[in-house]
Amino acid sequence: MGKTKNTSIKESKVDRIFIGAVYVFLVLVLIAVLYPLIYIVSASFSSASAVTSGRVWLFPVEPTLLGYTTVFKNPQILQGFSNSLFYTVVGTFISVTITIMLAYPLSRKTFYGRKLIMILLVFTMIFDGGLIPLYLVVKNLNLIDTIWALLLPSALAVFQVIIARTFFQSTIPDELVEASEMDGCSDIGFIFKVVLPLAKPIIAVLVLMYAVMKWNMYFDALIYLKSDTLYPLQLILRSILILNTDPSANIEDILKMQGLKELMKYSLIVISSLPVLVLYPFVQKHFVKGMLIGSVKG
Amino acid sequence: MKAEVVNQQGIKNVGIEKEIVTKSSKWKKIRKHWQLYFLVVIPLIFLITFKYVPMAGILIAFKDYSVVKGIFGSEWAGMKYFQSFFESPNFSLLLKNTLGLSIYGLIVGFICPIVLALALNEVQNGRFKKFVQTVTYAPYFISTVIMVSIIILFLSPNAGIVNNILGLIGIEPINFLGNPSYFKSIYVWSDVWQNTGYATIIYLAALAGVDTQLYEAAKVDGANRFQKIMNVDLPGIFPIIIVLLILNVGSIMSMGFEKIYLLQNPLNTNSSEVISTYVYKVGLLGANFSFASAVGLFNSIVNFILIFTANKISKRFSSSSLW
Repeated sequence: MGKTKNTSIKESKVDRIFIGAVYVFLVLVLIAVLYPLIYIVSASFSSASAVTSGRVWLFPVEPTLLGYTTVFKNPQILQGFSNSLFYTVVGTFISVTITIMLAYPLSRKTFYGRKLIMILLVFTMIFDGGLIPLYLVVKNLNLIDTIWALLLPSALAVFQVIIARTFFQSTIPDELVEASEMDGCSDIGFIFKVVLPLAKPIIAVLVLMYAVMKWNMYFDALIYLKSDTLYPLQLILRSILILNTDPSANIEDILKMQGLKELMKYSLIVISSLPVLVLYPFVQKHFVKGMLIGSVKG
Repeated sequence: MKAEVVNQQGIKNVGIEKEIVTKSSKWKKIRKHWQLYFLVVIPLIFLITFKYVPMAGILIAFKDYSVVKGIFGSEWAGMKYFQSFFESPNFSLLLKNTLGLSIYGLIVGFICPIVLALALNEVQNGRFKKFVQTVTYAPYFISTVIMVSIIILFLSPNAGIVNNILGLIGIEPINFLGNPSYFKSIYVWSDVWQNTGYATIIYLAALAGVDTQLYEAAKVDGANRFQKIMNVDLPGIFPIIIVLLILNVGSIMSMGFEKIYLLQNPLNTNSSEVISTYVYKVGLLGANFSFASAVGLFNSIVNFILIFTANKISKRFSSSSLW
């Protein structure tokens, strides 16, 4: 007995050093993640000259809102913002609806063909036709350069269907289904009266997952859209932030505003991330929940 | 009643009769629950139209696709486009870049979340743990466009923060994105910054499920914390590690088109051009549909073989697999 006690005291010293190292490591990770985020926010509130001459380190230098007012004066950005809002709201609605329409029947043990449909779903996760054939399908459906090109092809996400199905399987007991059948309740009636009220948590997960996906999406817009009045925010951001082209400004303005432009980029990054950031507390909670449901049975 | 009568007539008949009975009751059940089948129709149309029809559209990789004649009217081209891809000077470069980038990313991006999750799991202070989680999950929600913009701004040779910091210790500004040799590291480590926190979620859940008796047993054996991690925690999450590894192997060929494409510039294409960006440029920008489909199909097939092999290997050496 005495001996084990001794060793445990001796080991706890080793353990204390180890746990100390763990904390140091985590603090370093924290700094590495947090510093870039703080820097962006600080830069967005600093003056143009402070940003371009590299005088911003941690806190805003010569604080000003000029970066933000410049962003809000740009009609393209405002248009992109409202387009994205539309795509996100309508797209999320379509996606959540069809996801539940597919996931709920798949959760019923008496549903014939559920195995086959599951195989069809999972197979798309490991093999796909590739970019060009999908593009041609969208083109043949005459969806190119319409809002539908952003709403329909990406509407159904397999991972989300699986999450929702798992949720229904584990929360809606078979007895409930049987009891409602005895009462002569139809399946659709059962869905509206029982399933959907019970499914609020999973609907929240689905809404947030799809909404973030759709707000951040740019590739579909890049390949399917041609008219810039339809462009979502991400595509506008790409032309301003990455390609450095802003058709609304002429060359003289560009020369004059070079510094302002750098500043505006930081403000633009903050503003365009704002909708997701505002939702972040909810998003985090529900995303974690979704990931956990999804990982129970993939 | 009927089943009872049949019962007396011998086993063979019973089997057949039963089958008939269940079949007719199957249709009865389907008819009774027609609303469920009706619900599934619309989502299935989506699935078939945007996932399975494109798979059939792969045909154009074997044809001389012309817009006028359509997929089925176009002439057969055999393996012509595959051959010209394999023989093109781009082939080895594309393959090298694709594999180099994804294997580098796979190894680094796979180990980091495990290390972070194990470290977080050691923290007893609930508030600190929660804070670290909240902060490290956040970058996951940043869009690809924004992420790339941040990379470009930070690495800019004129007053980018990274060069400013390097300037403090007397290093001349470096044009990171203009130098092909930095590209892979920029891509991989910015991914680590963005995704590591979020990827810990699954591991942390698995760690929470490790049998506490094992910790007790380890304590009795006099194991220190590090030994507990190596001998209890890691084996405990091993099945999850394997499943995620297979999934990651499966995405080796299809990684991050969006990000790579946005990070590309004429100076770094030598190490940044991968198969997916090439397909986009040749196929959609160059309107060379058949050739690009062939390249895309090659990509999908390699992917499929990789995930299949990974699954088989893990099935043989451990009990965990995807199917």
